[in-house]
Amino acid sequence: MQEKIKLTRFAKHGGCAAKIGPDTLSKVLGRLPKFSDPDLLVGFETSDDAAVYKISDDTAVIQTLDFFTPVVDDPYTFGQVAATNALSDVYAMGGEPKIALNIVCFPENVDPDVLGEILRGGADKVREAGAVLVGGHSIQDDVPKYGLSVTGLVHPDHIYKNFGCQEGDILILTKQLGSGIINTAVKAEMASEEAEQEAIRVMTTLNKKAKETAQDFTVHACTDVTGFGLLGHCSEMAEASRAVIEIGVDGIAFMTGAKEYAEMGLIPGGAYRNQRHVSGMLDAGGVDEVYVDLLSDPQTSGGLLFAVPEQEADGMLRALAKADLGTEVSVVGRVVESNADHPCIRLLRKVDGR
Amino acid sequence: MITVNAMGDICPIPVVKTKKALNELDGPGEIEVLVDNETAVKNVTKMAKSSGASAESEQLGERQYRVLITVGEAAAAQMKKSQSGSEDRGQDAAQPAGNGADGCRTCVGTVVAVGSDRMGEGSEELGRILIKSFIFALTQLDDLPDKILFYNGGAKLTVEGSESLEDLKVLEEQGVEIMTCGTCLDYYGIKDRLAIGGVTNMYSIVETLQNAMSVIRP
Repeated sequence: MQEKIKLTRFAKHGGCAAKIGPDTLSKVLGRLPKFSDPDLLVGFETSDDAAVYKISDDTAVIQTLDFFTPVVDDPYTFGQVAATNALSDVYAMGGEPKIALNIVCFPENVDPDVLGEILRGGADKVREAGAVLVGGHSIQDDVPKYGLSVTGLVHPDHIYKNFGCQEGDILILTKQLGSGIINTAVKAEMASEEAEQEAIRVMTTLNKKAKETAQDFTVHACTDVTGFGLLGHCSEMAEASRAVIEIGVDGIAFMTGAKEYAEMGLIPGGAYRNQRHVSGMLDAGGVDEVYVDLLSDPQTSGGLLFAVPEQEADGMLRALAKADLGTEVSVVGRVVESNADHPCIRLLRKVDGR
Repeated sequence: MITVNAMGDICPIPVVKTKKALNELDGPGEIEVLVDNETAVKNVTKMAKSSGASAESEQLGERQYRVLITVGEAAAAQMKKSQSGSEDRGQDAAQPAGNGADGCRTCVGTVVAVGSDRMGEGSEELGRILIKSFIFALTQLDDLPDKILFYNGGAKLTVEGSESLEDLKVLEEQGVEIMTCGTCLDYYGIKDRLAIGGVTNMYSIVETLQNAMSVIRP
């Protein structure tokens, strides 16, 4: 490659910010026929991260698929980010990735070495996850796209679902937030080198260690925070669990520069779509507007969000710190009510006792 | 009046064009930004406000919006100051207006590590007065630190009743990250009284100190 290629120039929207908005999606999915099978343990009714199908009393298969347009300019890094993001859906279900297949769209007139680098980045992450990469499917397309379809395994009794959080649960997030905003600032050439590097480091960190650490604790609910932002994924959890969730913005870890860039208007359109989607169940209280922007920022390859019983929360936080994830773990809030008539999310500066 | 046509531009181009127009204006005046989507309206408005200017928007037609930005004397002076640094990679633009720092890149990586609620050896009473004025003095710096870490006795400075709370709030509002050691708060039994910033652990403290370009210890 003589000239350094800038992959994001091809894409209108990058990463999970390219996701179709939650409002549009629920409208379309609502019209699809419902499938049922006694062995289908998790389907899409609860907007979960993957399908889970029981094949025996001690084994269930997790099937997931995720791909997107370039979110960073460097091909190898883009491959790593896309693969990390796709593998995350398996971790979010409590499983272990086993088999991965590449999904590739690539322009005919671009140096094939660029594609080679993307695939190498993806393959390295699949290897790090301990899974095997066995081919895939590629087509020609003007805008490059890359991702994986991943098959994982999990014990049917130990599946993490995105609902089931209970009153008193503490919500722990394993990565700092802000990748959508930082990526927007990078595109605007207004991001600092430090912010850009931190975002890349976070987006290429597998959720493997986080999930393995969590297995020693009670997890009432879990999801990975991606395109719908923390607020979108929390609202799905609240709705599916019939819960009221309080979020304490002061305790949440954000990426370097994310707040400043948000204040400057470097906010991806997906954030505003997410805000519209949650507006009916969000009470932003007196919290500064910039936090609503930060919390609805679509995350590319975000962290796992765990709902854990309060008495185990500090132990899990210590274990996560010890596991040295390479990302910032923070307490984002707590579940203050379950079996609520009106599931909702309240924003506060700080939640009780945290 | 400068007119910026950002019709058909996708995020974040309207913001980039607006920023450029604000730089070009080079004094008080008005800028009109034309855009075709609501995301751009919101983002351009935020960009204007973060530069100290005021902004009003109106919908002209279907997929047609106009944001009118008014730059007053004070905002113009502030922008001039923040432009005087280097233009390399637009990094100055990455600094929020009002951070009072031109060419602030040099201050990235400054961490203040506060390990006691007193400053220096000797009289305890004097030590407490000194740490309070030390933290006040931080608020007066042109180049603010990036982070302030509080551990051991320092943890007493971030809880309710601390005389430094107001100054710490000023720092936090300007983007300084304030973190207190969770173990220390637990040890002194004051975790529920934490009044500012977040809670951190030894791993993060070590990482922060290791990555800091400079560490200041009072």
